[in-house]
Amino acid sequence: MTLEAFLLLAAALFSVGLFGALSQQSVVMVMMGLELMINGVIVAAGALWFFVSPERPDGQVLVLVAITAMAVEMAVGFAVTTAIFRARDIDMVDAADDLGDRGRAQEEGRERDREQDRERDR
Amino acid sequence: MAETVVFVVCALGAVASGVAVFVVDSMARATFALLASFLFAAVPLLLLGLSYLGVLVVLMMVMEMMVMVVFMIMYMMNPAGLMPMSMVHNKAGALTVAAVTFAVLAAGVLLVPWPAREGSPPGDPTLQLAEAIMGPHMLVMMLVGMVLFATMVASVVLSTPRGRYDRYGDDLRRPRPDDPIRGGVGR
Repeated sequence: MTLEAFLLLAAALFSVGLFGALSQQSVVMVMMGLELMINGVIVAAGALWFFVSPERPDGQVLVLVAITAMAVEMAVGFAVTTAIFRARDIDMVDAADDLGDRGRAQEEGRERDREQDRERDR
Repeated sequence: MAETVVFVVCALGAVASGVAVFVVDSMARATFALLASFLFAAVPLLLLGLSYLGVLVVLMMVMEMMVMVVFMIMYMMNPAGLMPMSMVHNKAGALTVAAVTFAVLAAGVLLVPWPAREGSPPGDPTLQLAEAIMGPHMLVMMLVGMVLFATMVASVVLSTPRGRYDRYGDDLRRPRPDDPIRGGVGR
């Protein structure tokens, strides 16, 4: 077992998670990708603690922070999923892109419709 | 020698089940694949002597995935694999980005001259961690506590169906909140 082997494992987990977070349509599956990425961070931090500076506790503390980040991401992620599903019946990331280009185009379209309505009323 | 074999098996298992998460049809199966990936990834931590953090990861992930599978079934796009459908977008682009990321990270791992080891692992790493978060690293522990508390409040606020306009009216001027069950402050 060497540091490189552990870091390669961490890099592989991170990349698989990145693929999931980028490619999945379901909000819940995106969160699973993020979890895998944080898991890679946990492995890397533990390995760096053991192979580089085992006398200092910094690596272990970083693992603790990463575990907390994982729990927080999960809880708030599911709360956001529930909130957006209640409000707008959305469970796919493609339908929640109001801040993206397509969302802005839709918003501009609605704005134009409203202006046309006002013109007609006058 | 035995440790190396265990490490290799667990590393391959962690990555393989991580890939399986995004390959299987059913999202419930994906959750259990993710659980397997976390369990495999916790074994290397245990091999490093981090018994507390390794067991923490195992226990937390088992609980978290049990909760997650419920949500998975709630928000499943393809229930029980009965409605075969594509659950991905821009697969080629995502695959390219992931492969390039892995290549860059692996190149860094293999090319960076990592510093030599300073000192040796303490007899009890758990004691080292405990003394750190109750001593010089206490700020981390305090922030983690605050973040977890904020998470509890935020997740309840976000997931509750009733907001302040439901309780206090459209102009927020109702003297008493209109709750299905009365209670709390000002009942």
